[in-house]
Amino acid sequence: MERVSERAVLDVSGLPSVVFGPRNVVWLGTILFMLIEGAMMAMLYASYFYYRTRSTDWPPGVMPPALTYGVANGIVFLLSLAPAWWTRKKSRAGDISGARMGLVVLAIFGAVNIALRVYEFSALNCEWSANAYASTVWMLLGVHSAHLATDFIETVVLAVLAFTDRVDGTRFSDFDENSMYWYFVVGVAVVTDFVIYGATRLL
Amino acid sequence: MKALRTLAWIIVFGLLGCQSNHSSLSAAGPQSKNIEWLYWLIFWICLAVFVLVMVFFAHGTARTKVDEQEMAPVMENPEGDRRARVAVSVAVTVTVITLFVVLAFSIVTGNTVEGLSSKNPVTIQIIGHQWWWEARYPNPQADLTVVTANEIHVPVGLPVVVLTSSADVIHSFWVPNIQGKRDLLPGYQSAFWFQADKPGIYHGQCAEFCGEQHAHMGFEMVAEPVDKFQNWLSQQRKPSAQSTDPSVLRGREVFLTHSCVLCHTVRGTDAGSKVGPDLTHLASRRMIAGATLSNESGSLAGWITDPQRVKPGVLMPANPLPPDDLDALVTYLRSLQ
Amino acid sequence: MAVVQTNPPVSATDSLHQRLDSTWREPSGFGGWFKRVHHTTIGIRFIVTAFIFFLLGGILAVLMRLQLARPENKFLGPDRYNQFFTVHGSTMIFLFAVPLMFQGFGIYLVPLIVGARNIAFPRLAAFSYYIYLFGCLFFWAGLLLNTGADRGWFAYVTLSGPDYSPGKRVDFWAQMITFTELSALATAICLAATILRHRAPGMSLNRMPMILWEKLVLSFMVIFAMPAVMLSSSMLLLDRTVGTQFFNPAEGGDVLLYQHLFWFFGHPDVYIIFLPGTAFVTTIVTAFARRHIFGYLALVVSTISIGFLGFGVWVHHMFATGLPQMGESFFTAATLMIVIPTAVQFFCWIATLWHGRVQFKLPMWWIAGFFFVFMIGGLSGLMLASVPVDTQVHDTFFVVAHFHYVLIGGAVFPMFGALYFWVPKMTGRMLNDALGKWNFWLFFIGFNMTFFTMHFLGLRGMTRRVYTYVPEMNWGWLNLLATCGALLMGVGVLVFILNFFWSRKYGAIAGPDPWRAGSLEWATSSPPQSYNFAELPTVNGREALWDAAPNQPVVAGIREDIRETLVTDSLDGDPDHRMESPGPSAWPFWAAVATSGLFIGSVFSARSVLYTAVPVAITLIGWYWPRWGVSQRRKATEVWSE
Repeated sequence: MERVSERAVLDVSGLPSVVFGPRNVVWLGTILFMLIEGAMMAMLYASYFYYRTRSTDWPPGVMPPALTYGVANGIVFLLSLAPAWWTRKKSRAGDISGARMGLVVLAIFGAVNIALRVYEFSALNCEWSANAYASTVWMLLGVHSAHLATDFIETVVLAVLAFTDRVDGTRFSDFDENSMYWYFVVGVAVVTDFVIYGATRLL
Repeated sequence: MKALRTLAWIIVFGLLGCQSNHSSLSAAGPQSKNIEWLYWLIFWICLAVFVLVMVFFAHGTARTKVDEQEMAPVMENPEGDRRARVAVSVAVTVTVITLFVVLAFSIVTGNTVEGLSSKNPVTIQIIGHQWWWEARYPNPQADLTVVTANEIHVPVGLPVVVLTSSADVIHSFWVPNIQGKRDLLPGYQSAFWFQADKPGIYHGQCAEFCGEQHAHMGFEMVAEPVDKFQNWLSQQRKPSAQSTDPSVLRGREVFLTHSCVLCHTVRGTDAGSKVGPDLTHLASRRMIAGATLSNESGSLAGWITDPQRVKPGVLMPANPLPPDDLDALVTYLRSLQ
Repeated sequence: MAVVQTNPPVSATDSLHQRLDSTWREPSGFGGWFKRVHHTTIGIRFIVTAFIFFLLGGILAVLMRLQLARPENKFLGPDRYNQFFTVHGSTMIFLFAVPLMFQGFGIYLVPLIVGARNIAFPRLAAFSYYIYLFGCLFFWAGLLLNTGADRGWFAYVTLSGPDYSPGKRVDFWAQMITFTELSALATAICLAATILRHRAPGMSLNRMPMILWEKLVLSFMVIFAMPAVMLSSSMLLLDRTVGTQFFNPAEGGDVLLYQHLFWFFGHPDVYIIFLPGTAFVTTIVTAFARRHIFGYLALVVSTISIGFLGFGVWVHHMFATGLPQMGESFFTAATLMIVIPTAVQFFCWIATLWHGRVQFKLPMWWIAGFFFVFMIGGLSGLMLASVPVDTQVHDTFFVVAHFHYVLIGGAVFPMFGALYFWVPKMTGRMLNDALGKWNFWLFFIGFNMTFFTMHFLGLRGMTRRVYTYVPEMNWGWLNLLATCGALLMGVGVLVFILNFFWSRKYGAIAGPDPWRAGSLEWATSSPPQSYNFAELPTVNGREALWDAAPNQPVVAGIREDIRETLVTDSLDGDPDHRMESPGPSAWPFWAAVATSGLFIGSVFSARSVLYTAVPVAITLIGWYWPRWGVSQRRKATEVWSE
C-alpha cells in the first residue's frame, strides 16, 4: 500500500457537504421507503377490488361509510400541502425561522388529521369483524393511520429540534425530506378515500 | 462410467415401479394418457437440452484449460467474441422455438383434457373433510341420492363429472392413473371431468396438505363395467341391511347406544349425524379409515378401539368397549353390506 | 469542483493509516459489540448466523428423511413431523437463503465492490441484522417450546386460520415473516442506496460488475415482493387474533386471495434466492476464465427482465385450484418466457469459458456442480410450467425434487463456490483444497442420491408433506436411498465446517488478491481494514483492477478525521458531494429490541401494541436525535451547494 510518487489524484475537497432533493442520499432512502409502503397499499387496494368481484352486493350487508368526516379530513389533508411546501422552500434556503413556523403549522395540521381520523373510524358503519369487506376497509384506514401517526411524530420531533441549536445543514435537508414524505401521506390518503368512500358507493 | 451405469440402473428400476395402481405414468383414462404423452414429449426435449448444455460446458471448459500459474487475464479476443455472438444467437433462437413447441403442445393437450363432449355424463359430488372423502351420487329424487365415503365407483368408458367442494380446509382430489389433481376449496365449487377406460381399482390420495392425517387421507376408485356400476348404485341406494341374527342385533344396540351415533349415519336406523362417513353400506367397501386399513374384522376392531394409534390426530376418539360389545359391534358393521 | 491533478508524494503513509483507523475503528468490548456499524462486521454476522440456521434446517431435514426411510415409521409422529417440515422450509427460505445470499453477501461485498468506506445507512443495516436475529430466535424458540409452526412454509388458509389451528403455532410463523421481511426491506434500502450513490468515481452504470446489477435488481424485487407476504401474514394474524374475516369463507373471506398474495411474493422470492447465485457464477466464471464476461449487456438485460418477469408467473403455483383455462395458459407462456433470459445467461457463461483461459480451481468445481444441478431443476421446471403435466406432478415429491434442484443448485452450490472464493477475503486465509474436494463430492453425490430419487417417487404418486406412507405403495427402497443421500450431504457440510476452522488456523495466507480477480474488493487487504480503502479508488472499466490505467488516480480531499464518504452521481459515477457517514451507536440495537417487543407482544395480545409502540418511538427518536458537538462542528465546516 505504498503511495507512488507523482500519483494522480481526483481532488474532491471542494465538493459541497449539504445538498437537497434527488442529490441527497436520504432523499433516495425516503423514496425507497415510499415505494415499499406504496406497494403495500397497492396490494391492499387490489385485495379490496378482489373482494368486490367475490360478492354480488356491495358493500355486503352493511351501510357504506358516512361521508362527513372522510371528506372533511380529505380537505384538511389537501390544505396541509401548503405548510409542507412552505417548510420545504424555507429549509432549502436555510431559513430557520421559516422552517420552524412551517413545521409547527404542519404538526398542527397533522394533529387535526389524526383527530378527524378517529371520527372516520366511528363513521365506517361496520365492525371490522362483520365480514371481509369490513375487515378490508378497517385495514385500509388502519395502515394509512399508521403512516399518518409516524409522520406526525416525525414532524413534532423535527419541530422541537428546530428550536434547539442543533440544526446544521443535514437537519435542513431532513425537514425537506419530511415534507416530501408528507406529500406521499396526503397522496395515499386521497386514493384511500376514493376507495373507501367512492368505490364502496359506486361499484 | 460406473456412476453412469448406476444412474441408468436407478432410472430403469425407478420407472419400472410406475406400473401400479397409483402412478401418473400408468394411464388408465384419456386424460391421463394425454398428459403422459405430453410428459414424455417434454421429457425427451429436456433430456436433449441437458445433454447438449453439459457437452458444451465440459468441452468449453476443457478446451481452454490452462496451467494454474498463468494469471494474466485475456484482454481482447474480437474474433472469438464474434463467433460467440453468432453461437449464442443461434442457441437463443433454438431455445425460443423449443419453448413455442412446448407451449403449443401444452395448450392443445390442456384443451383436450378440459373439454367434455358427451351429453350424458355421470355426476359425482366430492366433498373433502379432515381426513376423509364424502362422495354423493345426486338424484332428482332426494331419497335415491347415494352417499358413501372413501370408495368411489365409476363406470368404465363413460365420462364422469366431478363437482368439488370442501367442508373445512383445502384438500386436493387426485387419482394419478386417471386424471390430474383438482383442489377442493372451502367457499368455492368447481367442476371437472374424467373418464376411466380400463377396469380396475385405482388408489387416490389427498394432495394438498390438510393437517395431521394428510398422509392417510386416501381413497379407492373402482372402475367397473356399466352394468356392474348400475348394480352397485342400486345396492347403495337401499337402506341398511336388516338382520335377525341376535349377535347382529346386539351390535346394532351397541352402535345406537354409544358415541358412534354422534358422528355417523346408518340409513334405516336412528343414527343420522353427518360429521363422519356414512356407514350404511360399510361392509361393501374394501378398505376403511381413508384407504389405510383393509376392511376385516380384526382391523375394524382395532380401529374402533383406538383410532389414534393408527392415525394420530384423527378426529375419531378412542372407544374402549368391553370385548363382548366390541365383537358384537364389529359383527353388526360387517353385516352392513 | 473535482479536478484531476498531480499530488506531491506523501511519506507519512503509516500516519494516514493511523488517522483513518482511529476514525473508523469498530468499538471493542462487550458494550462495543452492540454499537458496531461497519458493513464487513454486519455482513459477516449475517453470513455466520444464516449459516447456523442452514445447519439447523439441515438437521431437521435429516430427521425428516429418517422418518421417511421406511413405511409406517413411528420415529416422528405427524405432529412433530408437521412442525419439522414447516420449520425446515421456513428456515431455509426466510432465515437462511435470503439473509445469506442477499443480505449477508450483499452487505459484505457491495460497499467493497463499489469502492466505498462503508454502506449507505450503516445503522439501518445494523438494525436489519438485529431484527433478523431476534426473528430467528423467536421462531426457533417456538419450535423448542413445542409451539413450532406446523402448517407449512406457506400456511394456506383455512387450515392455518383460527378454526383449524388453535394455539399460537401459526402466529409464531406469521410474526417471523414480519421480522425477516422488515429486515430484508431494510437491507434492500441500504444496498440500493449504496449502489446508486456510493460508487467509485468512473464506475458508470455500464461499468458496474454484474453482482452490483444483480443486487440492485434484487433490492427492487424485495421492495415490491416482500410487502405482499407481510400483508398476507398480517391479515392471517388479524384473523387469528382480533377476529377479522379476511379468509373466512363463511363471511365473504377468500382462500384464493391468500394464495395470490402469498405467491405474488413467493415466486419473485425464488428469483431473490436464485439471482445472487447467478451473480456469483458470473463473478467466479469471470475470475477463472481469466477474461471479461462475454455478453455483459445481454446479462444485464437478462437480470432486469427476470426481475420483471418474476412478478408475472405466480399463478403457476395455483394451477390445481381450477382457475379459468385462458388465464392458466397465459401463465404457462409467462413461465416459459422466463426461460429465455435464464438460457441467455447460461449461453454467455459457456461462451466466456469457451474463449477464456480456464483455471479449474476450487470455486469452479461448485460452478460445474451448479451447471449440472441447476440445469436439471430448470428443465423439470419446464415440465411444471405446462398446466396438464403440472396437475399430475403438483404437490408430489416430483416438485420437491424440482425445487431442491433449483434452490440448492441455484443457491447452495454457488454459495459454496462463493465461500471458497471470498472466505480468503474475509479471514485472510485460503481454504484447504483437498478438504474442499471432499466437501464437493460428498455433497454432490449425496444431493443427487436424495433428490434425483424423488422424481420417481413423485411420478409414482407420493404426495408431499406426508409424515408416512403405507407399505403397499412400494416406495420404501427409493425413500431409503434418498435418506442415505441426505446423510451423505450432511457429512459433506461437516467437512466444510472442518475445513473452515482448520484453515482459519493453518490455511495459507491469502494476501490482498489470491485469485488475481478484477473487482475492487481485491484492491484492499484481506481482511479489509476498518476503513476499507486507505485511498478511495477510481475506476476505468468493468473489471477495475484489470482495466486500471498505468497511473489510475485515487480520490483525495476526503476528510480523515471524521467518517466522511464520497457520494457520486447515479448514472455516471461522477463525484457529487461529500457526506458524513454515521458512526457507532447502540440505538439500532435498542430500536430492534423495542420493535421485537412490539411484534412478539402482538402475538399474545393485540391491545399490547398500544403500549409496546411507546419504546419503539422512544428508541427511534434517540437514534435520530443529533449530538450537540457534532452539530456545532458541522455548522462550522459545512459547505452548502448552490
